[in-house]
Amino acid sequence: MIIYGVALLALSFLLGQWMGEALGHLLGIDANVGGVGFAMIILMLLKDWFLREGWMKKDMDAGIDFWGKMYIPVVIAMAASLNVKGAVSSGLLAILAGFVPVAVCFAVFPHMLRRFKTD
Amino acid sequence: MELFGGLIAKNGLVFAFLIVGLLTLGSEFFSRKYLRSKIPGSAVAIFAGLLLGYWGGVWGNGEKGLADVKLFSGLGFFGGAMFRDFTIVATAYGASFLLVKRSGWLGFISLVLGISLFFVLGVIIALVWGYRDAVSLCTIGAGACTYIIGPVTGAAIGASSEVIALSIGTGLAKTIAVTILTPLVAKRIGLDNPQAAMAFGGLMGTSSGVAAGLAATDPELVPYGAVTATFYTGLGCLVCPSAFYGILELMF
Repeated sequence: MIIYGVALLALSFLLGQWMGEALGHLLGIDANVGGVGFAMIILMLLKDWFLREGWMKKDMDAGIDFWGKMYIPVVIAMAASLNVKGAVSSGLLAILAGFVPVAVCFAVFPHMLRRFKTD
Repeated sequence: MELFGGLIAKNGLVFAFLIVGLLTLGSEFFSRKYLRSKIPGSAVAIFAGLLLGYWGGVWGNGEKGLADVKLFSGLGFFGGAMFRDFTIVATAYGASFLLVKRSGWLGFISLVLGISLFFVLGVIIALVWGYRDAVSLCTIGAGACTYIIGPVTGAAIGASSEVIALSIGTGLAKTIAVTILTPLVAKRIGLDNPQAAMAFGGLMGTSSGVAAGLAATDPELVPYGAVTATFYTGLGCLVCPSAFYGILELMF
């Protein structure tokens, strides 16, 4: 049943977001800290557990797979609903302070990888 | 025509599916025919989305790009935080927990380094521009991290609304920069494996930018980048108005 997969995904999502909100609250800030990350880890662990116990029924992964593959279309829709005009019209300072650090970090990235990589 | 408009208004999300599908089709065709697939179709589609977002901002005169035009309001829902996060989490289904665990340390280092680097560089650029007070410098530096950290920090330390708006603009420019530049430089900087993607997510931080940039580079890498990037905004909201502001206050 496809809905079992979607429900498992929804459960992981909500649990993770809840943990992120709780962590933010604990730290005293009005922001979600790592909700998506927690949700992803919960989903990976649940998947391993379900596979081990043989609970992964036919079609269940189709329900999760579908949403994973909808990711790029969502990003395209997101790009079209970003405030691009706002960024451009904030002036040169905003554009410089947005682009220059990104360019610097691209240059730093290979060095950071080499220095801290674990095998 | 009026009948059609009413139908779309009632079924905004379904119309958004159609729009994005057509946009993807057109972008795939453009990539294959004119770019010899050197730049992937998804990257072209995301870039086209940004252009539409700009056009929509001019046309609809709002803050949500094309989604402010009534006919396309479904795009805002389809591309909103709920679907974005839900689909990112779904991509983790194909990811390996062992790999994530093994690269946890690298992810942590990249987060700390990323927030500090973007903040410092943002402050330096604001300094060069002529800002001299700790509050404005800190808010712009925070905006250079993400467009959420900027206003959260600005509100916490009492920045003026112009500076807060500027910090949002800075964060948006960053998201767009990461989106456009990532697929162009990915190969050259070694961004082609899960471990590198985790480090990349932590260093760049903007969830939307990392997500879009990696999607256009290699969809397999998306979950690994997202798993670290998701901690960036929260950590930034924690350190920018507290520790980083304290340091700036001592200096100015």
